[in-house]
Amino acid sequence: MAAVATQHDHAHVETHDESHAHDHAHHSVSFIRKYIFSTDHKTIAKQFLTTSMFFLLVGGAFALFIRWQLAYPGEPIPLVGKWLPDSLVSNGAVQPGFYTQLVTMHATIMIFFVIIPMATGAFANFCIPLMIGTDDMAMPTVNMVSFWLVPIAGLTIMSGFFVEGGTAAAGWTNYPPLSASGTGHMLWVIGVFLVGFSSILGGMNYLATTLNKRAKGMRMFDMPLTVWALFITSILQVLGTPVLASAMSLLFVDQVFHAGIFIPENLLTPNGGLYPSGANVGAGGGGQPVLWQHLFWFYSHPAVYIMIVPIMGVVSDVLATFARKAIFGYKAMVFAIMAIAFLGFVVWGHHMFLSGMSPLLGTTFMLSTIVIAVPSSIKIFNWLGTVWKGNIHFTTPNLNALGFISTFVCGGLSGVFMAIGPIDVYIHDTYFIVAHIHYVLFGGSLFGIFAGMYYWYPKMFGKMYNETLGKFHFFLTFITFNLCFFPMHMIGVGGHMRRIYDPYVYEFLKPFQPINQFITIFAIAMGFSQLILIFNLLWSLKFGRKAPRNPWRANTLEWAAPGHPGHGNFDRDITVYRGPYEFASPESKRDYLPQWIRPAHIEQETSVAEKH
Amino acid sequence: MSSALSLAHEPVTGIRHGKLGMWIFLASEVMFFSGFFTAFIILRNTNLPVFAHGASELNWQLAALNTVNLIVSSLTMAMAILSLEHGNKSRFQLYMGITFLCACGFLVIKYIEYTTKFSHGIYPGTSSFFGLYFTMTGFHAMHVIGGMIPIGWMLAKSFTKRGYRDWERVEILGLYWHFVDLVWIFLFPILYLIF
Repeated sequence: MAAVATQHDHAHVETHDESHAHDHAHHSVSFIRKYIFSTDHKTIAKQFLTTSMFFLLVGGAFALFIRWQLAYPGEPIPLVGKWLPDSLVSNGAVQPGFYTQLVTMHATIMIFFVIIPMATGAFANFCIPLMIGTDDMAMPTVNMVSFWLVPIAGLTIMSGFFVEGGTAAAGWTNYPPLSASGTGHMLWVIGVFLVGFSSILGGMNYLATTLNKRAKGMRMFDMPLTVWALFITSILQVLGTPVLASAMSLLFVDQVFHAGIFIPENLLTPNGGLYPSGANVGAGGGGQPVLWQHLFWFYSHPAVYIMIVPIMGVVSDVLATFARKAIFGYKAMVFAIMAIAFLGFVVWGHHMFLSGMSPLLGTTFMLSTIVIAVPSSIKIFNWLGTVWKGNIHFTTPNLNALGFISTFVCGGLSGVFMAIGPIDVYIHDTYFIVAHIHYVLFGGSLFGIFAGMYYWYPKMFGKMYNETLGKFHFFLTFITFNLCFFPMHMIGVGGHMRRIYDPYVYEFLKPFQPINQFITIFAIAMGFSQLILIFNLLWSLKFGRKAPRNPWRANTLEWAAPGHPGHGNFDRDITVYRGPYEFASPESKRDYLPQWIRPAHIEQETSVAEKH
Repeated sequence: MSSALSLAHEPVTGIRHGKLGMWIFLASEVMFFSGFFTAFIILRNTNLPVFAHGASELNWQLAALNTVNLIVSSLTMAMAILSLEHGNKSRFQLYMGITFLCACGFLVIKYIEYTTKFSHGIYPGTSSFFGLYFTMTGFHAMHVIGGMIPIGWMLAKSFTKRGYRDWERVEILGLYWHFVDLVWIFLFPILYLIF
């Protein structure tokens, strides 16, 4: 069952060729090389993490502005309202133009600058080399470039707030013709293009690393599910993102030159003229707004899986470790991820049931979408099978992982509603969609990210986080999350539109104002609960207990590295002798058996590893 | 940490990291240009007269010359790799130099094409055909420039005292160069020849 390497641990020393020697040679590197333009995958992971945390706060603040407007339309935003410029607010209250910018930027930031950089940038960079037992990424410089594109892209997009006409305001899907004019939209396109390039470079590196740099004895099916999930996510990144990039380029040509690729012929604006500024753009050939939607969703549906699949891997590892049980159906889990990724590429049309589509094609997209429920259910049942009758430890990472499962089931089931064309016609562009996306992206991805952050915090920073604060943060977030987002299903079915400045101009939405106020109160509570997380992470960095090598008694290779690994990661050679989930193995007296322990020396080596 | 460790062992797949990375990057590039080709097919089918008229205004003779140009540069690139692998430095410099010159020639012809279009008042905004034409050939030209930088660097390096001997790196660059050539092989007929 285990892949036993035939060579002795130190047999490969002489193959250590020149090209790699420089990685280890320089121990005294300058501050800039060490912390800013670092090529060490762990530093890059931390850079991704801190950048994303910053954007999480920005995007979260935008969300609270939106919530305030929906609950108390026309009333000044408390605390910050009077500081915002008059172009955005009037007497401290959100203006309609600012509202659409907020909706657009909240989603753009959360998707492109928080969840994707966290799920792939931070976790893939930190976990892949450590979990496959190697010293760094395959292409460390490319890795560094992949990070530095993110802040540049972030600044480009945020600078839209300071140009005439404001930042992008056509929704994060940026459908033309609305998005085909204005400086803010151009900056949006450039920013997303750059962040997409970062994603492609990252994905390339993760694929090459996983294929090429696995420790001796490690077959593909000896890899932890986190690495498997990140590997398959990388394929999605590499093949999906470039299509978005070409769509962005064409939209840019429309914005700058009005070529009429996406802008239709004879388009009239509300003030009666031809679009834009009187020129009949489409006259040189009618553009196709729906073409943009096809190209956009060809990327952005796989992007949904870029945001959730890595988290599924993280959750699998966390659950197995804290249930002290092998993951139930390891290979089924791997094949389920592959199935989800493959299906993710052929279902994009379900975002466009109302955009105009042949009913036959709509049915195809509907059926392929519903089929995704099958591999997703395989994963859910296998997670439940993993914790079933396990020796469950309710630590903070595990609580977050269990929270992920419960909210993901809820979000997944509401997804099946939308997949069905006739139902989607009714709930399309309502708050039901908003509830769904937040159940999978906040309840799913973000809880999984929290789980991973707590789980690897000891290895990342060499300190233990505060367990009491961690649990407090989890329970507060989990309760406020559900009270905030669950009622959105109901107002959505009641007809509350997805992006609307003041819903109460409609008589039938007026009864929903108290529900909106209820949602807003818990949204604010949820937002401020995140300060506990930030406090915990920063406080533990300074005052936390020093982390032992393997605090969770886990099996995977990252725990073979020292408490706070330096450049090069490991202080011993790594050979893999067994799969990643050997809990309660009859070979060992203990309830776990790490991958790197030699079969003949199980007792001796495990007790040595536990001592430091 | 210490160089006594063998963590950085030989690539598991037996393919050098850079080469594997390049193949993955090229897969990504295929998808990138596929987006343009998709847009081209959809828009051509809905605006056939505009596209036929646009294509008739292009200079297919110059483009055919450029096609030959790129195919020759691909051949010399392959021969440059082979020469360096056999340790023949002067042959490598000759073939790499021809590759570089072909790339320059390609850009010069492209420049002539573009400026002629501009002088006739044709810009990317003229029609959806020209929007696509300038985007697709523009991105392709940027890829050519992107390839010329390492070609020039390797060529310059081989004239220094230390020389340049890493033929595998040239091979990786060659993969990219052949891809750029291949994209042109698709661009040439759909933009210039069908109308």
